[in-house]
Amino acid sequence: MDRNTPPPPAPRKRLTVTDYILFAMVAGVIAYAAYRVNDVLVYNWNWTRVLDFLVKEDPESGSVVPNLLLQGLATTLRLAVWATILATVIGIVMGYWRTSANLTLRIISRCYVELIRNIPPVVFIFIFYFFISSQIFPALGVEDIDRDGAFASSTAFAILFGDPALFSNFLAGMVCLALFEAAYITEIVRAGIQSIDRGQWEAARAIGLSPFNVLRDIILPQAVRKILPPLAGQFITLIKDSAIVSLISIQELTFLATEVAATTTKVFETWILVGGMYFVLCYSFAVLFAHLERRAKRARR
Amino acid sequence: MADGNGSTPLVDIAGVCKWYGEFCALFDINMSVGSGEKVVVCGPSGSGKSTIIRCINQLEQHQKGTILVEGREVHPGMKNIEEIRRDVGMVFQSFNLFPHMTILDNLTIGPVRNRGTSKSEAADLAMHYLNRVHIAEQAEKYPAQLSGGQQQRVAIARALCMQPKIMLFDEPTSALDPEMISGVLDVMIELADDGMTMICVTHEMGFARKVADRIIFMDHGEIVETGTPDAFFDNPQTDRAKLFLSQLLAH
Repeated sequence: MDRNTPPPPAPRKRLTVTDYILFAMVAGVIAYAAYRVNDVLVYNWNWTRVLDFLVKEDPESGSVVPNLLLQGLATTLRLAVWATILATVIGIVMGYWRTSANLTLRIISRCYVELIRNIPPVVFIFIFYFFISSQIFPALGVEDIDRDGAFASSTAFAILFGDPALFSNFLAGMVCLALFEAAYITEIVRAGIQSIDRGQWEAARAIGLSPFNVLRDIILPQAVRKILPPLAGQFITLIKDSAIVSLISIQELTFLATEVAATTTKVFETWILVGGMYFVLCYSFAVLFAHLERRAKRARR
Repeated sequence: MADGNGSTPLVDIAGVCKWYGEFCALFDINMSVGSGEKVVVCGPSGSGKSTIIRCINQLEQHQKGTILVEGREVHPGMKNIEEIRRDVGMVFQSFNLFPHMTILDNLTIGPVRNRGTSKSEAADLAMHYLNRVHIAEQAEKYPAQLSGGQQQRVAIARALCMQPKIMLFDEPTSALDPEMISGVLDVMIELADDGMTMICVTHEMGFARKVADRIIFMDHGEIVETGTPDAFFDNPQTDRAKLFLSQLLAH
């Protein structure tokens, strides 16, 4: 025996009897549920009626175009992307204010966070929707956009914001969602900023960086790396929470799924399909964020 | 008070007091440092020696008295403190390099952001100072890949990149392994030989004797004794200084 002896092999991970029993129990539960649905419920499965709502044939050109469900998915995706951007901006500003030396800024941001976190999302969205869409949007002139104008009727607009006729409706839902999620992002950003060592602030100030540069160049890049996991979780939550805005008639996936379920009366198929669509969407983002996280980790070394 | 070359002092501290809550951290501090002068501040821990140099660039705020840097008063809540900080380099006990940036970026961020220096010009400047601290070959690495002594030399170069008029050292070798200390002290001695104005808080008495024009001994937030290194080490005037020196030499 000398130092060059190879280390003993790691013990192999094996499934034990307990594992098999657990698998069997899970399989049993699933089989029982399937049996109930099939035999006791007497349900007439018809997937094609629901799948027809994914894509349809365009009567004019004869080509295949997205139908209600895929349109809804696109709207959900648009909502999520814009709301994420807006929520991130609000979250970073408010998160910084939470740590500010200025009392007024601290009070404003604290009130914002506490107000939103302590009201059910549905109630908040009703209040804000009727306030924003009935008061602020007319004042801002959002209703007056030229729906046949060059930009509004362009393809770029359709890709970015969907149907111009539904733009103010889309905007209302997006702002609601962003304001709601930003409160949680605020707290994540605050925790991130506060987790940065005091010495980093001091060193950045000592070389004469302006307060804005201290934050942008030194503190936020480090904070963002630390908060990437909870932030990614919050972004995925945002996608799922976007279903709430179906209550204020934003024509996203859940809203249109309700219509499809009502039209076809195929409730199970519709919601299983929609659940699958949400899963694919959210899981893709989870994978993407995990990838970004690994890259950030590598860059830090 | 002693003044390097008789002109206006670079740093002039008069009657400065500071409290943490009820605790008096600094009491009636008076000192001035002339251009080119090297001052070592020593004393037991908690004596306020770090606090006073941190007041000079307002990382800490004093509550009474005046601090002038190049004749400009620095005070809490002042608007253009950044302009003063750009002339005052600082080196910390815990290095405080920016871990998300390469060594080169750590050095260039100051000139690029503060003076609008171009990236390439700032990089030339940075390489010049990295050469001076004998660490140019590490420019593309990240701080975590360097030893403590190397990190501290980078921190010195980072401060020098702003081409400060004065350098403040806050116990620069206290967080280092013994074998790393001399490399950092050598850089500081070279800097002193080049005529940099320096205020060093340090327990390295060998360094103090070699480099300092003046030793300031502090205890309980007050300046207890001031003198040349020879006078202070060989013939301390106060009992507190004698006790401090005997404890240092006891090992």
